[in-house]
Amino acid sequence: MSKTYYTEDHEWIRVENGIATVGITDYAQEQLGDLVFVDLPSPDTSVSKGDTVVVVESVKAASDVFAPIDGEVKSANEALSSEPGLVNSAPEGDGWLWTMSVADESQLEGLLDADAYKKTIA
Amino acid sequence: MTDDHPLEQLPLKAMHQRAGAKFAPFAGWEMPVSYPLGVLKEHLHTRDHAGLFDISHMQLIEVTGADAALLVATCCPVEAEKLATGASKYTFLLNENAGIIDDLIVTRLAAERFMIVANAARAAIDEAHIRRLAESMNVSVTPLKRVFLALQGPDAAAVMEETGLDATKLTFMSGFEPRPGWFVTRSGYTGEDGFEIALPADQAEAFADSLMRDERVEWIGLAARDSLRLEAGLCLYGNDLDEQTDPVSAGLLWAIPKPLRDGGPYVGAKSLADMIASGPAEKRVGLRPDGRQPVRGGTTLTDAGGKPAGRVTSGGFGPSVEHPVAMGYVRAELAAPETQLFAEVRGRQIPVRVAKLPFIVKRSQKG
Repeated sequence: MSKTYYTEDHEWIRVENGIATVGITDYAQEQLGDLVFVDLPSPDTSVSKGDTVVVVESVKAASDVFAPIDGEVKSANEALSSEPGLVNSAPEGDGWLWTMSVADESQLEGLLDADAYKKTIA
Repeated sequence: MTDDHPLEQLPLKAMHQRAGAKFAPFAGWEMPVSYPLGVLKEHLHTRDHAGLFDISHMQLIEVTGADAALLVATCCPVEAEKLATGASKYTFLLNENAGIIDDLIVTRLAAERFMIVANAARAAIDEAHIRRLAESMNVSVTPLKRVFLALQGPDAAAVMEETGLDATKLTFMSGFEPRPGWFVTRSGYTGEDGFEIALPADQAEAFADSLMRDERVEWIGLAARDSLRLEAGLCLYGNDLDEQTDPVSAGLLWAIPKPLRDGGPYVGAKSLADMIASGPAEKRVGLRPDGRQPVRGGTTLTDAGGKPAGRVTSGGFGPSVEHPVAMGYVRAELAAPETQLFAEVRGRQIPVRVAKLPFIVKRSQKG
C-alpha cells in the first residue's frame, strides 16, 4: 500500500517500494496558475529536506519546489519538458515532478496526512 | 511601498471579487492579478477578442488655466502649444539629468486644458514635481478621482460601439470627453487596438457591467497585462524605466519631437541633447531566450566572452508567441539583433539573442 504525505509548502510525496514520487498539490497548481516551464533536477543529485529541487515557472513568476525529505533524485518527469501544463491538469498524477530514494523513513512521519494538509489550506 | 501603508482599494473591488479575482499588492494598491480564466487564457483572449482591465490605480491629473500649455511644455518634451485638441502623446517627466521620473500619456482637451495619465507608483512624485514647476504659473493642477478601465483587443471597437459610447471615430492616440466627468482615449498598453475610459465611480459599475454583458469581453488581471505589454515591447516603469534611465538609452527618442531633441524649455533638455550627441552607453533591447525557460527581470547578462553585457529588466513567457520573451539593457555595441548573449539563471548560462521589439505585430497603430 502506498500512502501520500503532504508538506506545508504544498508538496505531496508518495512512497512505493522504497521510492518516493514528489509533486505539488492541486491547491498549489491552482495558486500558481498556468505553468509554462518546469526546471527539472538531474538524476543522482543528493538532496536534503528543504532544498530546492525543482523550479516551476508560470507566465508571471518562478516558484521553488522543495525536497520533503532527504534522499537522492532518481528520475525527473521528462514529459514536463514539452508539456509543463500536466502539472496543472494532473498535479497528483501525470504531473508528478521527480522520484527519489528515502534516506530516513522516520522523516515521513513528520509530514502531514491528507486531512491535516486540507486543514492548512482551509 | 512599505507594509505599514494600508493598500488603496479599487472602487470596483466588489465587482472583481464577484468575478473571482485573485488580488495582490501592486504600487500601493490591492489589484486583481488574475481571474478564474487564468493568466494564459486571459492573455490570449485579449489578443483574440477583448479584455477589460481595471487600471484605476493609474492617476489622472488635470492641468487647466492660461498657462496650461506652458506648464506641459516645461514638464515634458512635448510641443504642447502645437498639440491639436484631442491629441494624445506618450511622453515623460525628466529630471535635470534627463533621467525618467515617469512615463505618461498627455492629452490636450482644450486650449487651456490637458489631461495627464501617470503611473500609480509615481503619482505622488509626479504631482509634486508638476506643482513645483507650476508655482509661478497661472494654472491649476488637479488629481482626479476616477475609475479607469481599459478595453483592449480586436473586438474592443465593436464592443464600445454597442455600449452607446461612440468612440469608434477616435483615431489611435486621441481622446475626448463624451460625458461630464468622462475621459476616453483610443490607446492602451497591450499592443492591441483599444480604449482607456475614465469615469466617475458612481457610474462605473453600470458601465463595466454593460461591457461584461458582451460575450466577447472578459476581465483581465495585472499578470496578463504584464505579459501583453512585454510582448508588445512596451516599458514598465520601475522595471524598464527609472530615474537612472533616459529616453536615449531606453530607445524612446521617437517620443520626443525632433525640434526638442537639441534643446527646449523642458526640464532635462540640456542633458538630453548632450546624450543624443554622445550616444548612449547602453541600449534597451528585446531578448529572446533559447528554449522554453523564462529569463526574469533582474537577471545578469554576459557576452559571448563571459564579460558583463547588461541586465534583464522584464522577462517572462509570451503566451501569444509561445516562447519566453524579455527586454533589458545591454552595452550599445551589443544591441544589434541576433547578438548572442547569456543570462545567468540559477547558476546556469541560458543562451539568449538580442531580438527586435515588439515580439508581436502590433495592431494598435490604426487610424
